[in-house]
Amino acid sequence: MREKADHTELRPGPYRPRVSIFWWVRRRSYLLFVLRELSGVFVAWSVVFLLLVVGAVVRGPETYRRFLDVSATAGVLLVNAIALCFILLHAVTWLFMLSPRAVAVRLRGRRLPPAAIGAGNLVAWMLASALVVFLVLG
Amino acid sequence: MEPFLWLLFSAGGVLSALLIPALLFLFGVAFPLGWVPPPDHAHLSALLGHPIARVVLLGLCVLALFHWAHRFRYTLSHGLRLKHFERVISLFCYGGALAGSAVAGYLLLSAW
Repeated sequence: MREKADHTELRPGPYRPRVSIFWWVRRRSYLLFVLRELSGVFVAWSVVFLLLVVGAVVRGPETYRRFLDVSATAGVLLVNAIALCFILLHAVTWLFMLSPRAVAVRLRGRRLPPAAIGAGNLVAWMLASALVVFLVLG
Repeated sequence: MEPFLWLLFSAGGVLSALLIPALLFLFGVAFPLGWVPPPDHAHLSALLGHPIARVVLLGLCVLALFHWAHRFRYTLSHGLRLKHFERVISLFCYGGALAGSAVAGYLLLSAW
């Protein structure tokens, strides 16, 4: 709306190219960027889902059993399968693409190469996942 | 305030990348599909009975929610070019993260 008010035919306003809100479907790299950003939504969904698990456990064995049944229904399962794909996209991009470049670790005055940080993240991810599986399955 | 929000965003990004894949795989996919038999109630109840488990889970929930809030705010306001609604978007995102954190705090601290 403001673009219209800013100029007349005689007095042109500043150049503001119009960008469609769908600019990101045009290229694969743009699409990947938006998918990566959308992974945040599934991070939030995962928190909601985990809190539902906790809530069901707090309420007792009967609620927990019913929760397991509900989580096996097609709709919930589909949402969680999609969420898991986005969560993996988040984990891979965050641990191996973003943080190796963003984190500057210095060892004896020399910057650690990005590959070393990526390798460290891989080890941390495997240890954390193993711990989760070990604790949950007992 | 802005640097603090970026800090929460990064901390949440790391923590959710490390912990959520395994948790969501187990509870969201593997147990429902019967790939792995789900743990019984007594085991999970004992696990959650441990204060360290609850504090770690609470930290994960709070930081992951602020990670979402920050990322979603920028996705909407910059990515989808809705800058005119920046204040409403921020309110929705950080307000949602605060509300979710309160629920998580209640479930993991007060309900025990």
